[in-house]
Amino acid sequence: MARPEAGDVILKVENISLSFGGVKALSDISFEAREHQLTAIIGPNGAGKSSMLNCIQGFYHPQEGTITYRGIVRKPEKSHEAARNGIARTFQNIALFKGMSTLDNIMTGRNTKMKSNVFLDALYLGPSLKQELEHREKAEQIIEFLEINSIRKTPVGRLPYGLQKRVELGRALAAEPDVLLLDEPMAGMNIEEKEDMCRFVLDVNEEFGTTIVLIEHDMGVVMDISDHVVVLDYGKKLADGAPDEVRNNQDVIDAYLGVAHD
Amino acid sequence: MEFLHAMTIGPIVEIIEYPTFFMEVLIGGLLTGVMYSLVALGFVLIFKASGVFNFAQGAMVLFAALTFVGLMEHGLPMWAALIATVAVMIALAYAIERLVLGKLVNQEPIILFMATLGIAFFLDGFGQTIWGSDVKPLDVGIPSDAIDVGGVLINWFDITAAVVAGLMVAVLAIFFQKTRIGRALRAVADDHQAALSVGIPLKTIWMVVWSVAGIVGLVAGVMWGSKLGVQFTLSLIALKALPVLMIGGFTSIPGAIIGGLIVGAGEKVAEVFWGPAVGGAIEDWFAYMLAMAFLVFRPQGLFGDKIIERV
Amino acid sequence: MFYREAGQFKTNYAKDQGIFPILQDRIWIYFVLVVAFVIIPVFGTDYFLGSIMLPFLVLSLAAIGLNILTGYAGQLSLGTGGFMACGAFAAYKLSTGFPDMNIIIVFLLSGGITAFVGVMFGIPSLRIKGFYLAVATLAAQFFLLWLFNRVPWFTNYSDSGVISAPPRAIFGDFFITGPDATHLSKYLFVVTFVILFALAAKNITRSGTGRNWMAIRDMDIAAEIIGIRAMQTKLSAFAVSSFYCGVAGALWAFLYSGSVEPLSFDVNRSFQILFMIIIGGLGSIMGSFLGAAFIMVLPILISSLPGMLGLSIPVDVISHVEFMIMGALIIFFLIVEPHGLARLWTVAKEKLRLWPFPH
Repeated sequence: MARPEAGDVILKVENISLSFGGVKALSDISFEAREHQLTAIIGPNGAGKSSMLNCIQGFYHPQEGTITYRGIVRKPEKSHEAARNGIARTFQNIALFKGMSTLDNIMTGRNTKMKSNVFLDALYLGPSLKQELEHREKAEQIIEFLEINSIRKTPVGRLPYGLQKRVELGRALAAEPDVLLLDEPMAGMNIEEKEDMCRFVLDVNEEFGTTIVLIEHDMGVVMDISDHVVVLDYGKKLADGAPDEVRNNQDVIDAYLGVAHD
Repeated sequence: MEFLHAMTIGPIVEIIEYPTFFMEVLIGGLLTGVMYSLVALGFVLIFKASGVFNFAQGAMVLFAALTFVGLMEHGLPMWAALIATVAVMIALAYAIERLVLGKLVNQEPIILFMATLGIAFFLDGFGQTIWGSDVKPLDVGIPSDAIDVGGVLINWFDITAAVVAGLMVAVLAIFFQKTRIGRALRAVADDHQAALSVGIPLKTIWMVVWSVAGIVGLVAGVMWGSKLGVQFTLSLIALKALPVLMIGGFTSIPGAIIGGLIVGAGEKVAEVFWGPAVGGAIEDWFAYMLAMAFLVFRPQGLFGDKIIERV
Repeated sequence: MFYREAGQFKTNYAKDQGIFPILQDRIWIYFVLVVAFVIIPVFGTDYFLGSIMLPFLVLSLAAIGLNILTGYAGQLSLGTGGFMACGAFAAYKLSTGFPDMNIIIVFLLSGGITAFVGVMFGIPSLRIKGFYLAVATLAAQFFLLWLFNRVPWFTNYSDSGVISAPPRAIFGDFFITGPDATHLSKYLFVVTFVILFALAAKNITRSGTGRNWMAIRDMDIAAEIIGIRAMQTKLSAFAVSSFYCGVAGALWAFLYSGSVEPLSFDVNRSFQILFMIIIGGLGSIMGSFLGAAFIMVLPILISSLPGMLGLSIPVDVISHVEFMIMGALIIFFLIVEPHGLARLWTVAKEKLRLWPFPH
C-alpha cells in the first residue's frame, strides 16, 4: 500500500517555552506537522521530547507560545478534552488499566464515542446493548489489525511488555484519532518487536491516514519510517526537515556523536 | 431567625463578653489536641517509613495501655511494668513484621491498609481476652488539680500532656536527625528501592519503626488511660487522630502536632459555642468535616509533600 | 471434563457478551435460583429465613454497593454505615409522610435520596485521593449518624428514640413489613429484590459505565487523558454505590430488624461491610455474596463452637475471641489470596477446565 499524500498543516507549534520551577524544559520550539504524515521528534535523553508531547496533548501548559490544532489555537483545558478533539496518545511508561482484559482496555479507548447511561447499562438492553455490540465490533477490528486475538480476554497485567505496548497502541487507535501521539513506542524492545511495532505504526498511517507524531531516541528506526523529523537537544530545536536533510545536518551529528570541545 | 442568631451573632457575642471563658475553652481544646497528636505521631512514623497506613495504631495504644495496667494489677511496680510493656511492644512489632508485613511485600497500599485493619481487630480482641474488658483506672501520679493563670483555669494534667508531647517530638527529632538508624529511616521514607540498593536492611528498619510507634502508642495509652481510664474507647480515639493526620499531612511530625492543636481547639470551641444551637455532641463529627473542608483546598495537608502528577 | 467451553462456539458478539457465556455457568445459576426460590422457602425454618437469610441478603446488597465504589471505582470508603442509615431514615420519613405510597417505590426513592447524599460526600473525591479520601468518608459516617440521632424531625419527634417500621404490603394484604409479615414473605421479597439488583450491578459493571470506573481505579491520569471525565465517573460511582447502600439500609430497618435506629449503622457496620468485600473479592459482584456469607456465618460458628465442644465460655470472652479470629482471618486471606474468595472461585474453575490435566 502506498503512503498517503501529505495534507495541510494540522498541528502548528510556535515558539513554545516550558519550564518547571527554574528548570527550562523547552525553549522557543516551533515546527509543523502535516495531515497524514509521520512526524518524529528525536533527541537524546532529557532533550525535552516527552515535555513537547505533553504540551501538544494538553497535559502540560507551556508558559509561552501557541499550539494551533486544525487552525484553532489550543487553550489550557481539562485533560479529557484533547481525546474528544481527536488527539490520542500512548505513554512512555505503559499506562494500561492493569485489572482489565485486553478487550476492555480497547473498549475504554472508545469511551469518547459512547454514551454511558447508568440506567440503561443496568438493564443491558436496547440502546445500551446495541451500543456495546457496535463498539465491540470496532474493538475486534483493532484486535484483528494488531494481531492480538489470542489475548483478547487476558488481564493486561499478565501480558509481557511487548504485547502491553501493542495493547496500548490499540487503546489509542480505538478512539479513531486524527492525530496519534506515540511516546517512545519502541523503547525497551528487542529488534524483532521493534520491527513489528514499526510495521503497525506504518500500517496505521497507511490504512487510516492517521497523522502520527512520535518520539524516539533511536535514530535508525525513525529515519526509515518518518516523513519529517524534528531534532531536539537540551530543550532547543537543532534541526527540522526530511530525514535525509536531518541526517546530514552538522549540529545533529555533533549532538549524537559528540564533538570535541577545544 | 432564632436559629440563625444562635449560629452567627450569638456565639460571637458570647466570646466577646466572656473572654476568659473563651480562653479556658480554647486552652482546654488545644491541650486535648495535644493528646490527639500523641496518637497521630505513631501513624506518621509508620506511614513515613513504610508507606503503610496503619489503622492499628489505635489498637496498639489500647493494647499497650491494657498490658501496662494489667501488669501493674498483677503486682509489678510501675517501672517494671513499663519496661515489660516496652518489651511486649517490641515483640509485637517483630511479630507484625514477621507474620504480616513480611508476607505482603510488594502488595498495593490498599491491601496493606486492610491488613492493618485485621491487626487492629486482632489486637483489640487479644488484649481484652487476656486482660478483660472492664474499665481500669490508671494512676501514674500526674496531679489533676487546676492552676489559675491570669484568671484562666488550666488543668495540671493537660499541662503534663503538653510537656510529654513536646518531649516526645524533641526525642523523635533527635532520633531522626542525629542517629544512624534515624538517617536510614529517612532514606527509606524517600525511596524504598534506593534505600535497599545501598544496603539498608528494610526488614530491620520496619521493625524498628513499628517498635518506636508501639512505644509512642504506650505513651499515648498511659496519658489517655490516666485521663479516661483504660478501656475499649481508647481504640476509638485513634479515629480522632485521623482528621489530625489529614490536616497535618500523613508524613509530617510537626504536622501531627499542629493538626492536633487545630482539631482539638476547633472542636471544643465549636462544641461549646455553636453546639447548643444544633443539638450538641457535634464533637462527634466536627473534626472530620473540618479536615475534609481543609483538604479540598489543600489536598496534601498542611505539611504533606506536594503531590506531583506525572505520566 | 465437566467444565469445558470447548465445542460451545459463539457465532456472534451478542452471545459472547452474554452474562454467563459458558453453558455450565448457566446451569449453576439455574441451580442457585432453584435453591433460592424453591428449596429454601420450602424447607427453611423461620429462624433460618429470618435470622440468617435476611441479614445475609441485605448485607450482600450493601456489600455490592461498597464494592462498586471501592472495588470497581477504586474510591476507598469507610462511610457505608452512614449511607445505610440515610436510606433507612429516608424510607421511614417517606413511608410515614406518604402512607399510601407503595413500599417498593419508597425503597427505590430512599435509595435515590441516599444517592444524592452520596454524591454530596463524593465531591471532595475530585480533589482528595487515596487514604485521605477514606478518612474523609468517615465524615459522612459520623455526620449522618449524628444528624439522625440529634435532629428529632427524622424520628418524627418520637420520645422513646426507638421507632418501628410501619406495616406495609406490596399488593393487597401481602405484608412484607410490620407484625403481620411472615418470615417467608419477607424472605421472598428480599431475595427477589437482591437478585434483581445484583443483576443490574453486574450489567452496569460490564458495560461502558463500569469500564470507566475501572479505568479511573487502575490509573486515573491515563483514564482522563484518553477522554474519560473523572468528575462524572467518580460521582456516578458514589451515586450508584450509595443507592445500593441506601436501599440495603432501608431493607435492614424495615424487613430485618423492624425498627429504625442509628445504632445498627455505626462505624463497625462500615468495617463489617468492608471486610465482606475484602474477603469476598474487590471488584466482584459474586464476591460480595461470598464475603457476606462468610462474615455472617463465622460469628455463628464461633459462638456455637464452645457449646458443641461442651465448654462454657463467658459471652464477653467469646465476643473478644470473635474479634481476634476475624482479624487473624483477614490477615490470613490477604496473605493467601489478596483478591478474595471470588478469585479462588475463578482459579477453581480454571483448574476444572483443564482437569484431569494440571496445565
